[in-house]
Amino acid sequence: MKVLVPVKRVVDYNVKVRVKSDQTGVELANVKMSMNPFDEISIEEAVRLKEAGTATEVVVVSIGPQQAQETIRTALAMGADRGILVKTDDEVEPLGVAKILKSIVDEEQPGLVIVGKQAIDDDSNQTGQMLAALLGWPQGTFASKIELDGDKINVTREIDGGLQTVRLNAPAIVTCDLRLNEPRYASLPNIMKAKKKPIDEKAIADMGVDVSPRLEVLKVTEPAERQAGIKVESAAELVAKLKEAGVIG
Amino acid sequence: MQFDLSEEQLAFQDVARGFAQDELAPYAAEWDRDAIFPVDTMRKAAALGFAGIYVREDVGGSALTRLDAALIFEALSAGCTSTAAYMSIHNMASWMIDRFGSDEQRSKWLPDLTTMNKIASYCLTEPGSGSDAASLRTKAVRDDDHYVLNGSKAFISGSGTSDVYVCMVRTGEDGPKGVSCLVVEKGTPGLSFGATERKMGWNSQPTAAVIFEDARVPVENLIGEEGQGFKIAMMGLDGGRLNIGACSLGTAQTALETAKAYMQERKQFGRRLADFQALQFKLADMATELEAARLLLYQAAVKVDAKAPDATMQAAMAKRFATDTGFRVVNEALQIHGGYGYLKDYPLERHLRDVRVHQILEGTNEIMRVIIAREMLKD
Repeated sequence: MKVLVPVKRVVDYNVKVRVKSDQTGVELANVKMSMNPFDEISIEEAVRLKEAGTATEVVVVSIGPQQAQETIRTALAMGADRGILVKTDDEVEPLGVAKILKSIVDEEQPGLVIVGKQAIDDDSNQTGQMLAALLGWPQGTFASKIELDGDKINVTREIDGGLQTVRLNAPAIVTCDLRLNEPRYASLPNIMKAKKKPIDEKAIADMGVDVSPRLEVLKVTEPAERQAGIKVESAAELVAKLKEAGVIG
Repeated sequence: MQFDLSEEQLAFQDVARGFAQDELAPYAAEWDRDAIFPVDTMRKAAALGFAGIYVREDVGGSALTRLDAALIFEALSAGCTSTAAYMSIHNMASWMIDRFGSDEQRSKWLPDLTTMNKIASYCLTEPGSGSDAASLRTKAVRDDDHYVLNGSKAFISGSGTSDVYVCMVRTGEDGPKGVSCLVVEKGTPGLSFGATERKMGWNSQPTAAVIFEDARVPVENLIGEEGQGFKIAMMGLDGGRLNIGACSLGTAQTALETAKAYMQERKQFGRRLADFQALQFKLADMATELEAARLLLYQAAVKVDAKAPDATMQAAMAKRFATDTGFRVVNEALQIHGGYGYLKDYPLERHLRDVRVHQILEGTNEIMRVIIAREMLKD
């Protein structure tokens, strides 16, 4: 079974993000960028499926600027077989991403698409679900365990209050949660080998999809700064203060 | 002149930083306190290619450059200086076998060394032969198909735990030309180890004497030719000096970042420390000097890779400057922390104890000056 894994280049999770002074977005100049951590989990899972002999090929795709190629290389160094870069310097919204991915899926015909449940930059958590809808494929979201069983895919999902296991008919979409696995580090020799693995470049214009934005960002602001608290003398005063603040009725 | 690291070098750095942050930094204080040699952790590092960074690929090495190695040791030392430094010694000893050993010797030892299934130590210094390395007295006398070794090696990192000892011994005349390089395996009859030394820092690696009493080592363990040992030792040290300098850079960078964060948080006289110009200037100088040391070291690494005629001098300059600067930056970072910097609850005093020895080993910084001046005045 061929596995397709989309990956996104985002601001590194260690970076303290700053809002641009014109409030149009966050500062990206001179900021370290890395693979979305949920996508690292997707790659790890796909590579493990390949190592277990259940997946035959792991194809990684990224939509973004030329530098997104570095993110693809990271995935190749972790063990993916080849990459596809869909080049654009524009912001692509989840629906646009899902349409592009559908076009890639139509061409590649994977049996399974593993996507991170969300990207840590916009936290949309929409792409996997939209892709499943566009393809008319079954979806298992927030996976904490994936098992391939012939042409069935058993997905254990993290839901409120417990775990739910669903069985999907391949081909299917799985979005992965944090506890699915712990991604490996790429070894030095594998980083070098990744240089030789192929990356195809594609243009959105050739795909015949409309990715024009449907949303307009009005403004981006910093979260409110935390204010200093006060000390209360007694439980009664605490209750009174909480009522005053409208926290309790 | 090109100052940007390549995409792969950035990727090496990323992996090493991630490993340092997740696998070294959380345990470094404990390893220091309890003198734990983290062999399992080093094996994990080896699985990523960190044990044979510039060893060839056919025996499991990563076949990278000295600059790549410097970047990696710099990143690893940010997690644990002492463990990163040990990895660098293991790399140096493994490289000697890779560079000067026969195919038979390479395939005998290196697959185990690049995985750290076996651990290597490097044995040059003796109780009576430190800076004057060419005066070493450990004697190896040929007896049929064996060398019989007598003497002792001092300050050997990994002594007692290591499986493979790359030793410089005297097979011939006095002086550098009588020195040969022999691999002595643990378990060799007549090989024993001294008591573990109690040290100021570098506590995550054991240090002890290595003692030879009629130790019989097969002739096939000779690396290179008889009399070639001193040359091997000195060539190895060019790289070793870069690595130790890199370990000072990485530690100092961590100390600098710790001090910066502390300055932005700690208040005295109603203001943040970061608002006092005296400390701002201190921080600026620390960052500037560290950057200068880094550039010098990277340049020296490129020279060693290119086998440039002035590579040895450049490596000596870089080692001297990076380890002196590293110590000074760590010391200032400790000073910025005031009394807290002196407590073991903070990492600064450990950083200080760990980088101090970098000014002493792989050739003292005084010997570095001897090498530099000799090169300058040779004609």
